[in-house]
Amino acid sequence: MEQLKTIGRELAMGSQGGFNQSKEFLDLIKSIGETRSKSEEDRIVLHEIETLKRRINEPDIPKRKMKEYIIRLVYIEMLGHDASFGYIHAVKMTHDDSVLLKRTGYLAVTLFLNEDHDLIILIVNTIQKDLKSDNYLVVCAALNACCRLINEETVPAVIGSVVELLGHQKEAVRKKAVMALHSFYRRAPSSVNHLVENFRKKLSDNDPGVMGATLCPLYDLITIDVNPYKDLVASFVNILKQVAERRLPKTYDYHQTPAPFIQIKLLKILALLGSGDKKSSEQMYTVIGDIMRKSDTTSNIGNAILYECICCISSILPSPKLLESAADAIAKFLKSDSHNLKYMGIDALGRLIRINPDIAEQHQLAVIDCLEDPDDTLKRKTFELLYKMTKSSNVEVIVDRMIDYMISINDSHYKTETASRCVELAEQFAPSNHWFIQTMNKVFQHAGDLVNPKVAHNLMRLIAEGFGEDDDAADSQLRSSAVESYLKIVDDPKLPSAFLQVICWVLGEYGTADGKYSASYISGKLCDVAEAHSSDDTVKAYAVTALMKVYCFEKAAGRKASLLPECQSLLEELSASHSSDLQQRAYEFQAILDLDANAIENIMPLDASCEDIEIDQTLSFLDGYVQTALEQGAEPYVSENERSTTLNISSIRNHNAYEHPAHSLRFEAYEVPKPVVPTNLPPAVTYPTELVPVPEPSYQPTLSSRPISDAGSGSTDLRLRLDGVQKKWGAPTYSSAASSSTSNFDSFRTAVNGATQSDNVPAKSREPRQPPVEVSEEKQKLAASLFGGRTERNERKQSGGAVGHGKASRTTNHREDKPQPTTVTTAVQSLAPPPDLLDLGEPTGAVSSYSSAVDPFKQLEGLLDLSQDGSAVATTSSGPDLMSLYSDSSTNGQKDNMNSAPNSSNRTASLTKGPSLKDALDKDALVRQMGVNPSSQNPNLFSDLLG
Amino acid sequence: MIRAVIVINDQGKPRLVKFYEYQPVEKQQEIIRNIYGVLCSRAENVSNFVQDSTFGPDTRLVYKTFATLYFIVIFDESENELAILDLMQVFVETLDKCFSNVCELDIVFNFNKVHTILDEIILGGQVVEMSSSEVVKSIEDISWLEKNPNSITRVSKSISSWQGR
Repeated sequence: MEQLKTIGRELAMGSQGGFNQSKEFLDLIKSIGETRSKSEEDRIVLHEIETLKRRINEPDIPKRKMKEYIIRLVYIEMLGHDASFGYIHAVKMTHDDSVLLKRTGYLAVTLFLNEDHDLIILIVNTIQKDLKSDNYLVVCAALNACCRLINEETVPAVIGSVVELLGHQKEAVRKKAVMALHSFYRRAPSSVNHLVENFRKKLSDNDPGVMGATLCPLYDLITIDVNPYKDLVASFVNILKQVAERRLPKTYDYHQTPAPFIQIKLLKILALLGSGDKKSSEQMYTVIGDIMRKSDTTSNIGNAILYECICCISSILPSPKLLESAADAIAKFLKSDSHNLKYMGIDALGRLIRINPDIAEQHQLAVIDCLEDPDDTLKRKTFELLYKMTKSSNVEVIVDRMIDYMISINDSHYKTETASRCVELAEQFAPSNHWFIQTMNKVFQHAGDLVNPKVAHNLMRLIAEGFGEDDDAADSQLRSSAVESYLKIVDDPKLPSAFLQVICWVLGEYGTADGKYSASYISGKLCDVAEAHSSDDTVKAYAVTALMKVYCFEKAAGRKASLLPECQSLLEELSASHSSDLQQRAYEFQAILDLDANAIENIMPLDASCEDIEIDQTLSFLDGYVQTALEQGAEPYVSENERSTTLNISSIRNHNAYEHPAHSLRFEAYEVPKPVVPTNLPPAVTYPTELVPVPEPSYQPTLSSRPISDAGSGSTDLRLRLDGVQKKWGAPTYSSAASSSTSNFDSFRTAVNGATQSDNVPAKSREPRQPPVEVSEEKQKLAASLFGGRTERNERKQSGGAVGHGKASRTTNHREDKPQPTTVTTAVQSLAPPPDLLDLGEPTGAVSSYSSAVDPFKQLEGLLDLSQDGSAVATTSSGPDLMSLYSDSSTNGQKDNMNSAPNSSNRTASLTKGPSLKDALDKDALVRQMGVNPSSQNPNLFSDLLG
Repeated sequence: MIRAVIVINDQGKPRLVKFYEYQPVEKQQEIIRNIYGVLCSRAENVSNFVQDSTFGPDTRLVYKTFATLYFIVIFDESENELAILDLMQVFVETLDKCFSNVCELDIVFNFNKVHTILDEIILGGQVVEMSSSEVVKSIEDISWLEKNPNSITRVSKSISSWQGR
């Protein structure tokens, strides 16, 4: 702020740079620079808007003045204020004859307007005219505007001229014409489809710049459809070869690298063309190999090209030789000190492991370093890599890491992504159900609102089904551990709703199953949940149903079951709830309280959530009752569709309505009885098959119908009263299973399929894994657990049920692998015992071997720091400020540490950042005050800028 | 494709804003605020890249600090991060040549010229020129022509210089 103040004052005295602005504009910028708050700034800008509104509409404004107003408008809009009142003046300015004003006008409209704005129509004519101008700069300005302002409707107005300009004598115009055509193509492909052949033609333009520009639209076209361009592979390869061999004029070099952007675009295009195409790929091998060999790894741009080569190699049909050099290049990236290069290395590694998963192992330590790096971007990239290389042997470590990271971030978009990746990996590779539940707990606890609700139901299902087969002990152990873990966290006030539902359901179903916790303890917890989340009806519903289950199980087991006072008051509160669902549940519960143990056992059998329930759709158990009713003179039941088809009045008269219900008397429509929700037992006919058109779920009834009549006889009115409401719960989902208690009648519990967990597993579930302790020696083990056990990679394909592979099997896999891998990996594997992170009592042999591998870089670091300090000093003192940066970087580069260059420039920039700039500015101010011509005596501000 | 080039100072004030696809003013401000927030929280000596979801899942952001200014480029997967970093270097180099020792205020006061320079380097979201001396040459042509609108001698001269290239 202060700097601006000083300089603002100076600038009021005389302008700097070419384009003179008036004092007013300088004052405006100065006063905005001096503001201390956003509101103050807004006030100034609003005042400026008022001034401009008044001035800009005055008659006969000199053109020069008008130009300045327009520039002020642009400035205002850049600060986020509406300048639309002046758009029309900007449009007018494009009509001006003066090139300067015209350019200003074009600049303003390209910044102000989008291509669909109403005012565009006023510009198209001007653009048309300017495209035909003799002055190539005017043509360029018009082409610039074309790129931004022409939409599908207006393309035909200019397309002819633009195509003509593809043959203009100046290469700058041809280049811009190609770009304009490209932008038309992006906006309205259909309007220029017939012209895409021009791009091919322009590929052989005399000027390399035009050729390079043509690569941009071709890249887009090839991305959409590769096939029409396969014939160009040879040309592209040839061009790339020429570029790499420095056949282009020197002006295209950038820091001794020939035309880097052209090379990069070409490599990207080749990657697309060679993907899955043996013939094309083979044409590229030589040139890519050459480029990689020649690439200058000391410069940023050289590494950019190298990275692009790796991307290309990983996309085209693999060539062993190229893969090898790609792996070498990645190794260099990862070992670099520059975060930028590490980032590129991780990204490249992620691409290459798709082809050759083994190369990840050489870089395990580097990857782990990146994982612990303070740089968030790098961390994310590394997690992406880990996600790609997850297999059943390392899933525990990776998911633990991911969850830790997920907890630490705030960005909800990325948090959601991480959470769903955790869930995906856990579902796919879970080594044990126990681990799966623990992992899910963590995910739910920290990102429950962000994950798909289906995940919650999967979790409930897993707990209910257990291991699927025969092993009851394991199942109950699993459930006990789930209950235990939930009891531990249930008091956390911030649990997301979906997770609380799972907790309530599990506590209700299994809370008292193992006898470890008393019913009153569980009930107390459940009441607490309902109370703590009183605004969440779904959670309350789950809680009250769970309470009911706990009560029922107690009573059925013959224990004395009494309601806790808080439970009682909860029930009272809920029976007066606004939610009919909650009321329903409360009333059900109260009705159950009056039943005897035998009835309760039948309606609420213990641990029956997975049982199939047979639905007696014909309601045959009511036959006796119906019979009695009919005998007593009740009318027979008429099914709904029969009722609706009975319109034939004439036939009705001739028939006995009693015997032929389908033709009963219907003279007046409004008398039609609609007994859909009867308040009393509906009189039913004795021909059951014709009744109740319930959509039939495709269950195979395996059990005999549940003895509902038992309970029914006890509480007939209750059930009837509820009939209408039950529909709500009807969906055969797990959420309904949780509430299905009293209404076995129509809330079918799903016949749960055991698809997700097919393996039968030894009962020994592991101890819950803790996240790895962050001891530096631990890194080795982390590495081992991340990268070990390669043979199990193939398991990725089989989703779910990776449970069968215990620790033991993994270890053996490990041993078997030994002969295969390269030197590094053998060392690692032979030294690293079974990849278990938690084995703290490792022999230290592994550690030492690793640290020796790391050491050289550690030592280099010290060296580097010194050299960087030195270079920083050198930079500030040496002559041509900007170039010094490069000379600096190249000397640094020669010190055989390839990647110090970008880093050092970074550091030097940051070193000189704050205070020195202020010094420079102060000095500048002083100089100017002394009346010395600022442009000649200006202290090297830019050297401060660049460090 | 490059989606945007933004220059803001270390207090979050925009100094140059160029979106290659139209964005309403409010959206522009929101994007700038978000970016400023992200950049402020980044430590020193970390990478110059940020994964950014402003323009969809695959956009990245490269930034570089020059004294009080953040130079920011947002682009999609069809560009190369390291190369964009060098592109920024070219841009700043060119600014330096055009303003002889550029500082933040040059950019503030002459942002229309800065736009002109940028247009010579990036057009319609694609990189068209990587050589700062070429850019300077064409900027000089433009300035000269703007001052001498009735003469075309220099234009023809620059044509001959082009043939020499």
